[in-house]
Amino acid sequence: MKRTPLYEVHKNLNAKFTEFGGWEMPLQYSSIVKEHLSVRSIVGLFDLSHMGEIEVSEQGANELVQKLSTNDTSRLSDGRVLYTLFCNETGGIVDDLLIYRHADNHYMLVVNAANIEKDLAWVETCNDTGAVVKDISQDTALIALQGPKSIDILNLFVPERDVSQISFFRFVVDKVARIPTIISRTGYTGETGFELYVSASAAEDLWKVLYPAVIAAEGHPIGLGARDTLRLEAGLRLYGMDMNDDTNPFEVGLGRFVKLKNRQFIGKKALLSEKKKGITKQMIGFQMLDRAVARPGYAVYQQGKHIGDVTSGAPSPTLKCSIGFASIESQAVPETEKIDIEIRGKMHPAKIVKVPFLSTGT
Amino acid sequence: MIPQNLKYMESHEWAKQEGDIVTIGISDYAQSEIQDIVYVELPEVGTELTQKTEFGVIESVKAAFDLYAPVSGEVIAVNESLLDAPEQVNESPYDEGWFLKIRITDDSELDALLDAESYQAHIEAEHG
Repeated sequence: MKRTPLYEVHKNLNAKFTEFGGWEMPLQYSSIVKEHLSVRSIVGLFDLSHMGEIEVSEQGANELVQKLSTNDTSRLSDGRVLYTLFCNETGGIVDDLLIYRHADNHYMLVVNAANIEKDLAWVETCNDTGAVVKDISQDTALIALQGPKSIDILNLFVPERDVSQISFFRFVVDKVARIPTIISRTGYTGETGFELYVSASAAEDLWKVLYPAVIAAEGHPIGLGARDTLRLEAGLRLYGMDMNDDTNPFEVGLGRFVKLKNRQFIGKKALLSEKKKGITKQMIGFQMLDRAVARPGYAVYQQGKHIGDVTSGAPSPTLKCSIGFASIESQAVPETEKIDIEIRGKMHPAKIVKVPFLSTGT
Repeated sequence: MIPQNLKYMESHEWAKQEGDIVTIGISDYAQSEIQDIVYVELPEVGTELTQKTEFGVIESVKAAFDLYAPVSGEVIAVNESLLDAPEQVNESPYDEGWFLKIRITDDSELDALLDAESYQAHIEAEHG
C-alpha cells in the first residue's frame, strides 16, 4: 500500500489506519464523532496527500481542460478553482475533480486518489492539443485545515495577508510559515476552510507548524472516518460510492455541473441523447426515522416496491440520526415522502430530505 | 482491568453467571476498538439463543459488528435502555451496557469460554 509523507506522523499520533484507494491512511486518531464535531465547532487538520495532482500546461492546455470537462472551464480566471466532472464517450463519469487555473494555459487538476492512473491515462488519451500533461502527485502533499477557527489559525502563519480575504473557490500562491504553499479556500466538509498544497518534502514541516495551533484551539487531527461523515452531511458525493464510470452526471444529481450550451466536450453527445431519452435514475438524500443505520448497498422500497439502493450512508454525528444518498427510479417519489430501507431483512422507515442535510458556513 | 468474575469469548462478548441466569455484554477492549456506538439491535424476550451463533448487531459510525451468544438459552430480559442510549455500551460495558439476560440449561457451556487470564492473553495477541 502507498503511504503519504506524513505516515510516520500519524503513527506517532497513534492513528488507526485503513486502506483507501490503494493508500494506507489514518481512519481516526481518537473518535470519529469527536473529530467530526471538532471540525463543525472548532477546527480540524487533515492529511489528504493521497489525492492526485496533474499539471496541464503549455500551448493547448486551455483547449484540453475544456474538452475534458463537463463544466465550462472558460469561466475560470487566474486564481480560481472550478468543480467539474470528466465524462467518457458514453457520458459515464471518469472522475470528479477540481481544476485550478494558475495562468493562461496552466492548470492543476486535483483528482481522487483511487483514480490517479486512470485519469492520467484518460487525459493523455484525449490530449490532441499539444498540452504538456504531468503527474505531480508524488511531489505534492495536501493538508486541509477546516472549521470555523481555520481562518484565525492560518492567519497566525501568513503574515503578509488576511486569508479571510480569499473567497470561496479561489486560491493564492503564498507562504505559510515560510513554506511555499498554494492556499486554496476549498474543502470537503461544508465548513469554512483551506486546502494547502506544498511540496512533499515540506509536508511534515507544515503539519508541525499547524498541528500545535490546532490542538491549542482544542481542535483535532481528522481521519478519513470523519472526512466521510463530514462530506455526507454537507451533501457532497464521493466517487466510487455515489458515482462511477457507468453513471452519468444527471443520475447522481450533478447536472448543474454540466454546461451543454455553446461548447464541445467529451461525452456531450451521449449526455444530450440521455437527456432526450429521459433520465431513469435520480439521487436523493434520506434520513432514517428510527435509530437504524443504512449502509451502502441496502435496498430502498416505496410501498413494498424496490425502487433503488443506498450509495452512501452513515450515522450523522451532528443530526444524531442516520443519513445517506440513494439512487432510485426517477419517477418514484416526491420530497418528504416516506420510504423504507431494508436492513438485515427488516424494513426500517426513512424519509426523503433536502440535500445538504445541514446548512454550514463555507 | 478485566473483571475476574466473568467468562469471555474470543469475539469479545462476556458472560456473567448467577445461578441459571447469565448476563451478557461486550468487553471494555471491544467497545474501545469499536468506539462511537450509535445503534444496538437485540432479540426479543423469549428468543432461544444458541452458543456461538449471532444474536444481534452493534453499529458504530463506521461499521456494523455481529454479536455472538456465549451460551445457549432463552432470553428473559433485554436492556431496553440501550435503544435510546447505545453509548452506554461505550461508557459502561460491564455494567449499564449489558445486552441480555439468558436462562441457561447447560452449565458446562460456560467451561468452553475463556477465563479472564486467557482473555487478556487473547487480546494482547490480537492487538499485536
